[in-house]
Amino acid sequence: MKLHSLMLAAGLAATASMGMAEKIKVGMITTLSGGGAGLGIDVRDGFLLAVKGNDDIELVIEDDQRKPEIAVQLADKMIQSEKVDVMTGIIWSNLAMAVVPAATAQGKFYVSPNAGPSALAGKGCHPNYFNVAWQNDAYHEAAGKWASENGVGKVVVMAPNYPAGKDAITGFKRFFTGEIADEVYTKLGQQDYAAEIAQIRASGADMVYYFLPGGMGISFMKQYAGSGADVQVMGPAFSFDQGILGAIGDAALGVKNTAHWSKDLDVPGNADFVAAFQAEYGRLPSVYAAQGFDTGLLLASAAAKADVADADAFRAALKEADFQSVRGEFSFGANNHPVQTIYVREVVKEGDVVTNKLLGAAAENHSDAYAADCKM
Amino acid sequence: MSTLLLIEQVLNGLQFGVMLFLMAAGLTLIFGVMGLINLAHGSLYMVGAFAAAATAAATGSFVLALVAALIAAAAAGAIVELTVIRRLYDRDHLDQVLATFALILVFSEGTRWIFGSFPLYLDVPAALAGPVTLPGGIEYPAYRLLIIGMGLAVAAGLFLLISRTRIGIQIRAGEADREMIGALGVDISKLYTLVFALGAALAGLAGALVGAIQSVQVGMGEPVLILAFVVIVIGGIGSIKGAFVGALLVGLTDTLGGVLLPEFFALFTEASSAKLIGASVASMAIYILMAGVLIFKPTGLFGGQT
Amino acid sequence: MTRAAMINAALFAMLPITAGVALALDEPFIITLATKVAILALAAVGLNIALGLGGLVSLGHAAFFGIGGYAMGILAHHAQSYTPLMELPFLIEGTKSMPVIWLVAIIASALAALAIGALSLRTTGVYFIMITLAFGQMLYYFAISWPAYGGEDGLSIYVRNGFPGLNTLVPIQFFGLCFAVLAVVLWASGRLARSAFGLALTAARQNPERVEAVGLTPYRLRLVAFTISGAVTGLAGALFADLNRFVSPTMFSWQMSGEIMIFIILGGVGRLFGPVAGAALFILLEHLLSGVTEFWLIYVGALLLLVVLFARGGLIGSLAGREVAHD
Repeated sequence: MKLHSLMLAAGLAATASMGMAEKIKVGMITTLSGGGAGLGIDVRDGFLLAVKGNDDIELVIEDDQRKPEIAVQLADKMIQSEKVDVMTGIIWSNLAMAVVPAATAQGKFYVSPNAGPSALAGKGCHPNYFNVAWQNDAYHEAAGKWASENGVGKVVVMAPNYPAGKDAITGFKRFFTGEIADEVYTKLGQQDYAAEIAQIRASGADMVYYFLPGGMGISFMKQYAGSGADVQVMGPAFSFDQGILGAIGDAALGVKNTAHWSKDLDVPGNADFVAAFQAEYGRLPSVYAAQGFDTGLLLASAAAKADVADADAFRAALKEADFQSVRGEFSFGANNHPVQTIYVREVVKEGDVVTNKLLGAAAENHSDAYAADCKM
Repeated sequence: MSTLLLIEQVLNGLQFGVMLFLMAAGLTLIFGVMGLINLAHGSLYMVGAFAAAATAAATGSFVLALVAALIAAAAAGAIVELTVIRRLYDRDHLDQVLATFALILVFSEGTRWIFGSFPLYLDVPAALAGPVTLPGGIEYPAYRLLIIGMGLAVAAGLFLLISRTRIGIQIRAGEADREMIGALGVDISKLYTLVFALGAALAGLAGALVGAIQSVQVGMGEPVLILAFVVIVIGGIGSIKGAFVGALLVGLTDTLGGVLLPEFFALFTEASSAKLIGASVASMAIYILMAGVLIFKPTGLFGGQT
Repeated sequence: MTRAAMINAALFAMLPITAGVALALDEPFIITLATKVAILALAAVGLNIALGLGGLVSLGHAAFFGIGGYAMGILAHHAQSYTPLMELPFLIEGTKSMPVIWLVAIIASALAALAIGALSLRTTGVYFIMITLAFGQMLYYFAISWPAYGGEDGLSIYVRNGFPGLNTLVPIQFFGLCFAVLAVVLWASGRLARSAFGLALTAARQNPERVEAVGLTPYRLRLVAFTISGAVTGLAGALFADLNRFVSPTMFSWQMSGEIMIFIILGGVGRLFGPVAGAALFILLEHLLSGVTEFWLIYVGALLLLVVLFARGGLIGSLAGREVAHD
């Protein structure tokens, strides 16, 4: 499906009511309230933009409040009551681990717009599980590779003491060839980083690589900028996303971060997506919005090709990934996880807006380290 | 670890403690005077941070932002006191916990309704943006020194207010014997509203000060609230002195625990797992401290009988 | 029959009726919701033994809820991965049998409640609220950072555990099981309240000096009540984990403790069936309101405020009038 025809369809949908054809029913469980709601809202809005006016897709949206128990119950509801064909939307890895294995075991398709825990990429992979975003380690691996190739000798790595944090540090170390000066594990939800910043400064490292999602990253970056420490900073895009940069401000300028997408990425369709998203919602799209958009395009492409009642045909249609991703080249690897290029971006100021500028590729045609464990 | 780094970490611990004191002072004051346990104190902290962020965005002035935070939090506190809290004074703790838990839900989702789901921007003023060099060569962020200064000033101000002013006398009398000061002609309900607004203003000030170096977002108040409770329980509920000592103890335990425990476990096991074990124990350290204090002194370090 | 008793009976009958109607209409999710109500009500019945009878305001009951949940998670995890739980000094295997899991959950949470209670009950009032909160937080952070059983990711169990003679994967059968457990515990807790122990406990809440004067130790009475209370909430945790086929540290969070307490308040403190009414009302509101607005928690907050401020007997109290006040 081409973007322009989507835009046209979007215009038509505004005047005509939705069609009656119910080809696939999609259940979206995402985080719309409480802490971290910004991410779920971006995924949802990106997805809605992609499928606007598309009669093939009927969408049910539910809010998981970022609580795994609620997500599990909503999944039961989607499967038992709504009888959806495809599920999507989950932001957090721990929620995905709670929902995805049960959903795929019951014959549903799950298309992940964000979380990509390693267990689901390796031993726990499933033919009905597709990840359109990234395997969790991808950004960290690309950052490790970039640091090694750009003369960074000694690095302090820092992440919260929970599974995704440990994965981040493992991922970075997997591709980093230099010396690890220190590994710092913080408390999940920690907001004051004075002690860690002192450790970083005293370590004599060339760079600090950190993975602190959400408010934690905002707090760290603001405090780091005020500390006078001059160790170079790098992180995954999660901590330098549009919603977060607005809250950090100038303190983030010059920081490098890794992502599979950037709003200034010069690939077909991306500029149109950024413009359409801004026109529709009045804010710049984030990587999450781009992921939601791609998830919508992927489902639309599969729905146009195959009937979801024929699971094998629908699965094959998904696997083809026959859509124009706003990240450019995109395909699924053997374990249904992306093979894609991860880029390095730098935080810059454009006029009054603090945003990301693309620097170049960090890891081309990057796939994940777990595909070998996946037997399906 | 070098001595200099250790000194800097102690300073960080003190600074964190002072930050907690700003939050805990209002909480303990309210409990001491009115016997009210207020879970919504974290929401007032959030109100302060959001008011400061909105004002700073509109005017560009950090001083105005602080003033706005004080006013907004005090006003929110006064409104809540007049509509809800005053019905709770003669209730048991259970009703107080529940009602103020309900207030958290209303405040959090209301704030999200008004300001949206994305964190707001609030930065330290340019004049305090960098580090200053302390004697001994430690580079320390100027803004954190300001927080220490403000915290100490608030502590001193509260001591003076309680011990030297007419209001302070009324507050102390109110703690000792509620009926009596009413009988002596003090307008007790006005006094309560005033004390509650004062406590709220302190929380709002803390929110604005801390918001400049942390993330201004919905839900920011609850983690701090729990820490503040730990502080006042360790110090003895109702005691300003206890809150001060408790805050410093918690600040130091949390900061030094995070720094030293991984090194301590590295003596026994290899480095990478020592860091993980150390970090795990450190995350529980302040709760262990609190349980320890309460087991030996069931009413906290400076608490009287409840 | 008093009006309160009729309301209790009606309330109690409502759950199986709802489940039955849902079965007839082929709405399995409604049955799942009814099951959730039964389980959460069970957790609140547990807390109500400490709170309603003993006057012990525990803001840390999520600790026992979580321990029960993890008892199920850990045992089933070992059974499904065919790894022994422990080999030395003697071999312990995992299990997927509910009765065994329940027993382990009850014993583990009772032991935890005994230890936490023994320390916490040295304090009273606000200090007690706060120290129970602190123990809950301690376990919460421990569960997040303890890597062996998934940390923050939690543990997924792919197939619900089994109960002899039942197919627990069928929603209505699992509901029946949970409802039966709730009924038994409600009956036992009613007996407990009227027993010599229950009367002594009530007396210890209302007038500890007098209880001491007749030669009983309030501390010991409260400790026993706290332990039973923790064990019941732990059992509910094991069932809740089985309902979701999933456990995670959020079961330990202080919001969870708050929610369990809300069920009691909504229904009415110290009333046997209060927790059932409260849990049903809360789940109903959550289900209805969250479909209407993103900001549904505002309305829950407002309602809770109204109940605490103006409807002191909770839902049952308002319906039944004030004939059975709680103190």
